[in-house]
Amino acid sequence: MYIVIIGGGQVGYHLAKMLLNDGHEVLILEQDLSRCDILCEELGSVVVRGDGCEAATLESVGAGRADMLVAVTDEDARNLVSCQLAKHKFNVRRTIARVTNPNNENIFKILGVDVTVCSTRLILAHIEQELPSHPIIPLLKLKTGTLEVIEAKIPPDSKLIGKKLRAFSLPEGSAVLLVISKEKGPRIPTPDTVIEAEDEVVAITEAENEEAIRAMLTSR
Amino acid sequence: MKVVIMGCSRVGAQLAAMMDAEGHKVTIMDIDPFSFKKLPSTFNGTALVGNGIDEESLKKAEIAEADVFVAVTQGDNRNVMACQIAKHIYNVPKVVCRIYDPIREEMYRGLGLRTVSPTKVVAKLLRDQIED
Repeated sequence: MYIVIIGGGQVGYHLAKMLLNDGHEVLILEQDLSRCDILCEELGSVVVRGDGCEAATLESVGAGRADMLVAVTDEDARNLVSCQLAKHKFNVRRTIARVTNPNNENIFKILGVDVTVCSTRLILAHIEQELPSHPIIPLLKLKTGTLEVIEAKIPPDSKLIGKKLRAFSLPEGSAVLLVISKEKGPRIPTPDTVIEAEDEVVAITEAENEEAIRAMLTSR
Repeated sequence: MKVVIMGCSRVGAQLAAMMDAEGHKVTIMDIDPFSFKKLPSTFNGTALVGNGIDEESLKKAEIAEADVFVAVTQGDNRNVMACQIAKHIYNVPKVVCRIYDPIREEMYRGLGLRTVSPTKVVAKLLRDQIED
């Protein structure tokens, strides 16, 4: 595949390295001259200095035959415009944009970017996982519909401890998918699975029920 | 009409003053509060510190009630993004976008934005002056 990468920062560099290793044809567009030199030294002649938001530049690197364009600069607006140019002017089949402002993910999708990756949201999710005050962690929002997968840690003083799953009054449309206990490891639960203190529970639910699940799983 | 202008550049400030003098309800946004010094002392509209590609700032500017949104920051990409948010997310009836780069301008015009490319316009004006 021929893949054009917009932005030769850390993300662009490591992405290019990975794709080159996988045998793809890769080209990085980077505006900063000294950064171009570093990239050239590390990766060879796969770097062109230029603005990935300029149609003429994209044309000069053969964007018209690219299978994919990945925009990973640290400016959301720039990434959006690169992807839209690729899509509408060069008919690139698949565009991927890095997004820093989590609010922009949805906007990018509406505006036709195929895939968005929000580094900020990923980092926050990982940090959130480590915070004791957040018993519920959203793991994954399904692309279609409103279902989401969440993880919850059962606090040591939860009144659910020692109870069987069948006794739980989960909101409608929710299900416990996995119970991870410290000793027994992860298991797929049955209605007779007994919840123990410090267990982690992975469940699927409607996004609007997240609060109800939080209240139930962590009730003391 | 309620008009929201993003970017209090010389052009933005002038446009805001004009629309305000004509009796429209004008809100002008800029990330730099210093830029509002360009507005005339007679300006009756709202000057708002904020970024037009940030939904929160757009909400503060009451974008949903706007009849017109104009983006005239120095950055083509920012203008294009803000205008698309105004048009496709907040359904602002009339959205006008300044795009310096003529190729980008052509493409976004094709995608349904009202666009003005000062590069093209000024080049043509200069040429007319030369030929005159």
